[in-house]
Amino acid sequence: MAYRKTLAGLVAATMLAGSTTVSFAATEIQWWHAFTGRLGDLLNEQVEKFNASQSDYVVVASHKGNYSEALNAGIAAFRAGEQPHILMVFEVGTATMMAAKGAIKPVYELMAETGKEFDQDAYLASVAGYYTTTEGQMLSLPYNSSTPVLYVNRDALEAAGIDPNIDLTTWEKVGEVLDTLKASGSACPLTTAWQSWVHLETLSAYHDVPFATKENGFGGVDTELAFNGPVQVAHVEAMGQWAKDGKFIYAGRRNESGAQFRAGECALFTESSAGYAGVKAEAQFAFDIRPLPYWDSVEAAPVNTIIGGASLWVMAGHEAEEYAGVADFLNFLSSANIQAKWHQDTGYLPITHAAYEQTKASGFYDANPGTDIAVIQMTGKAPTANSKGVRLGNFDQIRGIIDEELEAVWAGDKSAKDALDNAVQRGNQLLRRFEQANR
Amino acid sequence: MHKRVVFNSRVLPYLLLAPQILVTLVFFFWPAGQAIYQSAYIPDPFGLSSQFVGFGNFEFLLSDPYYLASFKTTVIFSTLVTLVSMGAALWLAVMADRVIKGSSAYKMLLVWPYAVAPAVAGVLWLFMFNPNVGLVAWYLKVLGYNWNHVLDGEEAMGLVVVASAWRQISYNFLFFLAGLQAIPKSVIEAAAIDGASFARRFWTIVFPLLSPTTFFLLVVNVVYAFFETFGVIHTITGGGPQQATTILVYKVFSDGFVGQDLGSSAAQSVILLFVVGLLTVVQFRYIERKVHY
Repeated sequence: MAYRKTLAGLVAATMLAGSTTVSFAATEIQWWHAFTGRLGDLLNEQVEKFNASQSDYVVVASHKGNYSEALNAGIAAFRAGEQPHILMVFEVGTATMMAAKGAIKPVYELMAETGKEFDQDAYLASVAGYYTTTEGQMLSLPYNSSTPVLYVNRDALEAAGIDPNIDLTTWEKVGEVLDTLKASGSACPLTTAWQSWVHLETLSAYHDVPFATKENGFGGVDTELAFNGPVQVAHVEAMGQWAKDGKFIYAGRRNESGAQFRAGECALFTESSAGYAGVKAEAQFAFDIRPLPYWDSVEAAPVNTIIGGASLWVMAGHEAEEYAGVADFLNFLSSANIQAKWHQDTGYLPITHAAYEQTKASGFYDANPGTDIAVIQMTGKAPTANSKGVRLGNFDQIRGIIDEELEAVWAGDKSAKDALDNAVQRGNQLLRRFEQANR
Repeated sequence: MHKRVVFNSRVLPYLLLAPQILVTLVFFFWPAGQAIYQSAYIPDPFGLSSQFVGFGNFEFLLSDPYYLASFKTTVIFSTLVTLVSMGAALWLAVMADRVIKGSSAYKMLLVWPYAVAPAVAGVLWLFMFNPNVGLVAWYLKVLGYNWNHVLDGEEAMGLVVVASAWRQISYNFLFFLAGLQAIPKSVIEAAAIDGASFARRFWTIVFPLLSPTTFFLLVVNVVYAFFETFGVIHTITGGGPQQATTILVYKVFSDGFVGQDLGSSAAQSVILLFVVGLLTVVQFRYIERKVHY
């Protein structure tokens, strides 16, 4: 035990790199995350600030691989009784974590037990909503959340003789622009990252149609997929036609297409708002950010888009004293200064109203036009049952199935209707398995 | 006749065998037993609860057309990898065997790729063939061929086969070369004096005499293609497009590790266990008979 404490002290000392006084009696809080590079640096900066701000607790952040690997590390550690206090889990893993009742400590419960100040209304409803129960209790703390937006290469539009300020709010209008781009010889008029998230999950929410029954799975594990409705089929059909005509270029299941857009090869690009930093750093052309287009023909559209990213789950099985520190740390992460900085540095959404207001007041949005589009898109309307989010078991695999079926459409092997019907049917089998495992 | 060595003690032989048996039990039988046990359950990922389903996981798998299709994919993939890696290695070994000057330099260079980890090999090939930024893909486009393994299943299969086989060529090359050098020169010279061409000497003398090596490599390569190529597939295609490159082992990984569906993953491991067992029996019973030692 004495050895462990010393080790903890050493780790903490290394982390702080001699910046402040380190209390060796401080309680250690483990945080496992999935960030490297610049995001990792920014995360460590937050940890350092917290550690320097008080002397009772030392947060130790450890990188555990990508999202899937971090989740698996957390699961394996729990099985071995060595779980961290805080685990970063991507939005897709939400249902898995929720179902593991004995393994997690919901945030609302943590705050109530430790008696820490906690006002759930301070959080953006459309962000926090993804991670709350149907009764509105927060289960995990949203950490990095983004939403899909449209990136426009203004130079590419101009080169095709299109006014770069042209209206791109609807897919109908985007379609016309794609025609012009193609006719003028553009090799890549439109591309996308994260096709399932952008073109099915968000599409469904944005047009107020269900992605799955039971409020997209929020209402229970006996949910069934429903994304083969007319709105989704029409969209995928249009995209499939664009793919066939060489107007939509598919580059891969993740954000492989980002390299192409940043290199200036593509004119339009649907990608997470968190891609902003990368585009800004690399793009050698004028670009701007627009709201994600919607189909004008669908009357309900647009509602709000939905988020992607990760949240912080508190794991069960730790001491009360440690939980008090966890609660303090989560409150620290939610504080306006930290959130505003995180939002401005990364392009992720601010999780609280205060952070948004602070950013607005600081003039950041005026200096960086387009960075508030994601927030507006998320908060413009009150979320409906269809736009609160998606909560499905085995969701990572279901996304894999959707990827496969969409690829069949882009390759011209299947019609949109067949592909989506098939994806629904295959995905439902996985949902039934999840239901069985968590009965 | 033979002089029989007999242990006086009954315990001693077991003691001597014990370390080997222990290793086998701990590292082979125990995990295999675990897999069989888990295949009868649908557990939740955290190990908090689990449902006994008997053969339910197997029923689920065997009624899944995509799982059955993955058998076919695996057969195509393994056959191609084995053929390409062994064929290329044999050709290189025969050529290297004829080189007199600087042969060790050739040999060393040919062995190098074996030191490259599968995942890294995957990334190397991916960079060359990436439809957007890959060098080879770019040249192909210049030549008028639109390479896009992201959507074209056959191209994706070709790419993972080449990337997987490439690395294994080195290994096969080493064994083939050693095998070639063990063939008595006198036999080949005698045939040459009789007027047999190089090709005829190869097919009637060298190839049959090489058969123990070939057989050994066949077993090793099939096992390699089955189990160790997963890093290559993971980095290059992730099993796609659609499911064109999802081989059995890759599915075990993606269901178990990505999907946290441990029951199905365990059941798939058990099925693989049988497949490989069967394959080994077939190889030793039917192919080994044709091998001349």
